[in-house]
Amino acid sequence: MLVPEELKYQKTDEWVKVENSIATIGITDYAQDSLSDVVFVEFAIDPDDEVSAGDSLATIESVKAAAEVVFPVSGKILEVNQILTDTPELLNSEPYTGGWLAKVHVSDESELDKLMDSAAYDAYCQDR
Amino acid sequence: MFTPHTHADVEAMLKTIGVEKVEDLFKVVPEKNRFPDLNLPQPLSEMQAATELDSIASANATTRDFISFLGAGAYQHYIPAAVDNLLQRGEFYTAYTPYQPEISQGTLQAIFEFQSLVSLLTGMDVSNASHYDGATAAAEAVILAYNNFRGKRAKVLLSRAINPQYREVIRGYMQANDAIRIVGDDPETGIEPNLKNLIDQIDLETCLVMVQYPDFFGRIIDYKPLIEAAHAQGALVAVVANPTALALLTPPGEIGADIVVGEGQPLGIPLSYGGPYLGFFAVKNTLLRKISGRLVGETVDTQGELAYVLTLTAREQHIRREKASSNICSNQGLMTLAATIYMTLLGKTGFQQVANLCYQNAHYTAKAVQEVPGFQLPFKSTPFFHEFVVLADENVPELLAHLQDHGILGGYDLGKDYPELEGCLLMAVTEMISREDTDYLTDVLSEVEHA
Repeated sequence: MLVPEELKYQKTDEWVKVENSIATIGITDYAQDSLSDVVFVEFAIDPDDEVSAGDSLATIESVKAAAEVVFPVSGKILEVNQILTDTPELLNSEPYTGGWLAKVHVSDESELDKLMDSAAYDAYCQDR
Repeated sequence: MFTPHTHADVEAMLKTIGVEKVEDLFKVVPEKNRFPDLNLPQPLSEMQAATELDSIASANATTRDFISFLGAGAYQHYIPAAVDNLLQRGEFYTAYTPYQPEISQGTLQAIFEFQSLVSLLTGMDVSNASHYDGATAAAEAVILAYNNFRGKRAKVLLSRAINPQYREVIRGYMQANDAIRIVGDDPETGIEPNLKNLIDQIDLETCLVMVQYPDFFGRIIDYKPLIEAAHAQGALVAVVANPTALALLTPPGEIGADIVVGEGQPLGIPLSYGGPYLGFFAVKNTLLRKISGRLVGETVDTQGELAYVLTLTAREQHIRREKASSNICSNQGLMTLAATIYMTLLGKTGFQQVANLCYQNAHYTAKAVQEVPGFQLPFKSTPFFHEFVVLADENVPELLAHLQDHGILGGYDLGKDYPELEGCLLMAVTEMISREDTDYLTDVLSEVEHA
């Protein structure tokens, strides 16, 4: 299971990477592996929407389940990865790169402190 | 009487909960209401009961006793005897979709065939395995469109020429949603076939524009300009279609409709005083993930053999219940089977023949009625399928009563739903109406004028 060191994580299996106040958000390798083959991504937001941490980002459907993705941070939506609408399998093959879900202009960077680092997330997953 | 518990079971249960006898369970009901004397007649034998029920039933008049020109959403067509015969086979005789697909391959295949036939007829990519009737299917189209834009577009435009009952059901479905605005079917927007007033109301707030094809008055209108105008504003278009008409007309899918719904009753289902009927629902591929209800897919099993499965069910009831956009988790299984058998028996040519007969008979009747003094066709400049509006000099309810006395159900009084069409009658003519029937109708109508 891949848990890149430079990312932050939350318990519901989203990762976030912040550069210059812009957060890129996706689901973790653990999450994609548990879901198995993803067949559909339905976004709950559009660019320019204001969102809060905990709001719904998308619903991901796999052959086994449907899972909710929630925002780890608050802010304004800059971009949504529409490529996933046609190629949802990117979430399985490239969860940390091509399978990103949304980019958000972060309104409160202190929210990041509540998230786990890679070691903590790794330990959290080992216990599940 | 069917009772699943033995006397000993009942005793044991009473003992467990500390109650002496079953009657004690009803102590909360006031004593005078508890075990009222029902004053029922003496029990009857099976033969006596059958005789009595027959005599009650014979007091009903059915369309068999009349020459019927009633349509307005439900149509009398000939149903081949094989439809009922196959329908009543024990293997098929359930109203519900089976939940164990692996042991229900025959039923699933029949549903798959139904979906394929509906897709073909409507010119759409995907069809679900039905709703309760045309009106509820139309309401589901509104739900789909509203959710497609996640509530960001809250305006729904309904043409006034959609069946008034459908519009009422749509409003009923939406009554708990304060955000949604259902407009466009007011008298000011009107029922002009050029649709200009309706098209003018399409804007960026609009999630759905809905029209009927042929419309409630039987008219065939070219919806292409409306569909283009809707798409230019990013709105979806739903078409309520008559399946028999689709055998002759350009399918809505070919002119750009996003959703096609309709009443499946004309497809081998008897009028039956309003039900059970069948709602069909088809969409373009882009909306595949948004549709509610049952969907059967064709696949191969582990041995590579053809197999049928319930598919895309992760979406609604089973896994994401709280996120479901519709509460539909059932369908009209037996009615979809009837429609499938009907369409298959008739085949493409036979079905087209039925539609053509409807068209020809309706045009013969319209012409004949128009030639009777005192009767006009107010919409005669617009093409129509098997239904048309007649404007009478006579008072419509009195005219209908007179016709009924002569064994004719004359049609639907439009003044009830459309004040602007006071004095107008909606008449439907199917393959069941012969030339003799029409000639008899015009004879009776002529007498009315002379009376």
